[in-house]
Amino acid sequence: MMRRIYLDNNATTPVLPEVLEAMLPYFGERFGNASSIHGHGQETRAAVERARDSVAILLGCGAPEIVFTSGGTEADNLAISGLTRSGDHIITSSIEHHAVLQACKHVEEIGCEVTYLPVDGRCLIDPDDVRRALRPNTKLISVMMANNETGVLQPVEAIGKIAAEADVYFHVDAVQAAAKVPLDVKRIGCAALSISGHKMHAPQGVGALYVRKGTPLQPLFYGGRHERSRRAGTENVPGIVGLGKAAELARRDCEREDDQKVSELRDRLERGILAQVEDAAVNGAGAPRVPNTTNIYFDHIDGEAMVISLDLRGLAVSTGAACSSGAIEPSHVLIAMGLRADRARGSLRFSLGKQNSAEDVDLALALVPEAVARLRELSPTYSKGVIVS
Amino acid sequence: MSNLKTIAVAMSGGVDSSAVAAMLRAEGHNIIGLTMQLWNQRRLAGHEGMPESVTGRCCSLDDVYDARRVAEHIGIPYYVVNHEERFEREVVRPFVAEYLSGRTPIPCSLCNNHLKFDQLLVVARQIGAECVATGHYARVEYDDASGRWLLKRPADRSKDQTYFLFGLTQEQLSRTLFPLGGMTKPEVRDLARMYGLALAEKPDSQEICFVPGGDYKRFIDAYLAESGEALPDTAGELVTANGEVIGQHAGIHNFTVGQRKGLGIATGSPLYVIQINGADRQVVVGSDDHLYSRTLRGRGANLISVEQLHEPMRVSVKIRHRHEPAPATLEKLSGDEILVTFDQPQRAITPGQAAVFYDGDIVVGGAWIA
Repeated sequence: MMRRIYLDNNATTPVLPEVLEAMLPYFGERFGNASSIHGHGQETRAAVERARDSVAILLGCGAPEIVFTSGGTEADNLAISGLTRSGDHIITSSIEHHAVLQACKHVEEIGCEVTYLPVDGRCLIDPDDVRRALRPNTKLISVMMANNETGVLQPVEAIGKIAAEADVYFHVDAVQAAAKVPLDVKRIGCAALSISGHKMHAPQGVGALYVRKGTPLQPLFYGGRHERSRRAGTENVPGIVGLGKAAELARRDCEREDDQKVSELRDRLERGILAQVEDAAVNGAGAPRVPNTTNIYFDHIDGEAMVISLDLRGLAVSTGAACSSGAIEPSHVLIAMGLRADRARGSLRFSLGKQNSAEDVDLALALVPEAVARLRELSPTYSKGVIVS
Repeated sequence: MSNLKTIAVAMSGGVDSSAVAAMLRAEGHNIIGLTMQLWNQRRLAGHEGMPESVTGRCCSLDDVYDARRVAEHIGIPYYVVNHEERFEREVVRPFVAEYLSGRTPIPCSLCNNHLKFDQLLVVARQIGAECVATGHYARVEYDDASGRWLLKRPADRSKDQTYFLFGLTQEQLSRTLFPLGGMTKPEVRDLARMYGLALAEKPDSQEICFVPGGDYKRFIDAYLAESGEALPDTAGELVTANGEVIGQHAGIHNFTVGQRKGLGIATGSPLYVIQINGADRQVVVGSDDHLYSRTLRGRGANLISVEQLHEPMRVSVKIRHRHEPAPATLEKLSGDEILVTFDQPQRAITPGQAAVFYDGDIVVGGAWIA
């Protein structure tokens, strides 16, 4: 049996054993509807509220400010649709996740104006660009905390100050930052912040939106008065319990400086690849990054063939964003950074997780240079380091 | 079992390529399923009268779904590779340009030459496969005497696809497998049933994959509109073979040689398009007799069974997919140009189509009709 190594933790993470253990009773004997009056309901209500406390502590906010959702995409949509109405102006960036970009496209269709800010070659948004984009009708600024493809951390605190001065709502998509770097909604100065369970070792299908106390939020859909009338629908109790447990573990690991371990592994992987492979470099080098991500371009390589090749040898990494058929489209993030189209197509994302070991990195360091060499040897545009035109 | 190979199977989501994957897997080979994403059907939806909802066959999500299900069923790794950019550049653009200059293109041959047996083979080799297998009805054999890889007609003549494969190089043929070459279509369906493939009864695809409903004029309008380009004005005169102007037409891309309907003129005897002059936008019409010609010139010739044409060669030549090969003499002109002289005049030799040369079952080569 081939050993399989998973270095695609920005796509999804494995559920941690402690998280699974915490969830299991809520698939079984603790099945109550958290809205019910009886003991069954009280039991699950208590579990949901404990989870809410745990997520609130992770984000540095009050428990009533947490709205549980079905995931990061719903949290982003709830923030963007819920904080704006026709005629409002929104400022966002060109490197946001599709959950934000497509939600912005939707509100554009129903009468909002949207400014998509550029980034520099390091994948960074300039806060001065945010300031310059402000208009009298600007209602919302939405900027991600960490980019999902490059891991680059955006200057959210600086943008938060600008939002506060202009009295504009600030939403932060922190899906790729939560549990990787410390989060504090007060320091960021945001009115809303999204997180996703499955990016932080909780299961798929659960997420949360922080909404600052007193912020009027229009719900996405209608029904019962769950989540203080901000998100109708019976709670996903096992998922919420899992998210609560994952938040608790993230806090513990942060105190134990486990992030340092991931960061060391990532650096070792990055340095090892660059030392062995010519004509390769890090996308977003020189910018602050989350500790687990490195995005590297390899000249004369088709990233798609590289991902397949590595998968067939047991190493799971990714490139770009997958479209509905499963084929890969060129990354809008790398293109926005000004990367040449061929380099965008030849880029790979390696994203580590808590479960990865030094042995995983060593095996990746054996497989990647070998795959690059094979692909280059068979590439019509590459011949012994010379581009054949 | 030293002859077990790592083989990439080009899977379209149809019966033929699915049966190939199942068959090679059963033989014990290491199989990797690949589907090429070539065209986004949703791209032109709603443009210039194109349907809003997409039911086309090419690269539709349904086909990818079917291929993925087959791969999962037979237990092979499966991937979709995106070649949309190259497909548009090498197949769709030339297809539109050919029609607009008065010729009748064959996109399937371009796709085979530039995508399936080129790009896909590169990807296949990069990911560790030695060769690519497809569901085409054709045969490949190595000929010891000549030292060349031969392309041959399949057992099921009614499904013969060699006409679309004339552009394959020796290198490509040496790394290509056509496992259905010795089988008939009903046998392939039986095989698919035997392997328990849910799509065994799926109907064959017939039309050009990226042109829904086969309406190429509407496709050209929609494609140009979507690209923000104006349809070039190719309107002009309808003339007789003697040069007499007998009417006007709305654009040369609406015509193909041999066409009878849609000329917009009423005469006593039936009139056909006998020639399209792209340069001066003239559509020449005449009687059925005018459609017959004994010679054709070919460009971009590719030779398969022989390396060179040192002297004129007796062959049978097919001038369109559904044409019975006709006896002719093949001669080399200059460079990659050839001259075909038929024993008997042939009807409606159409520029843009391929002339494919056969020696019995063996494909000698082919060229684009100039």
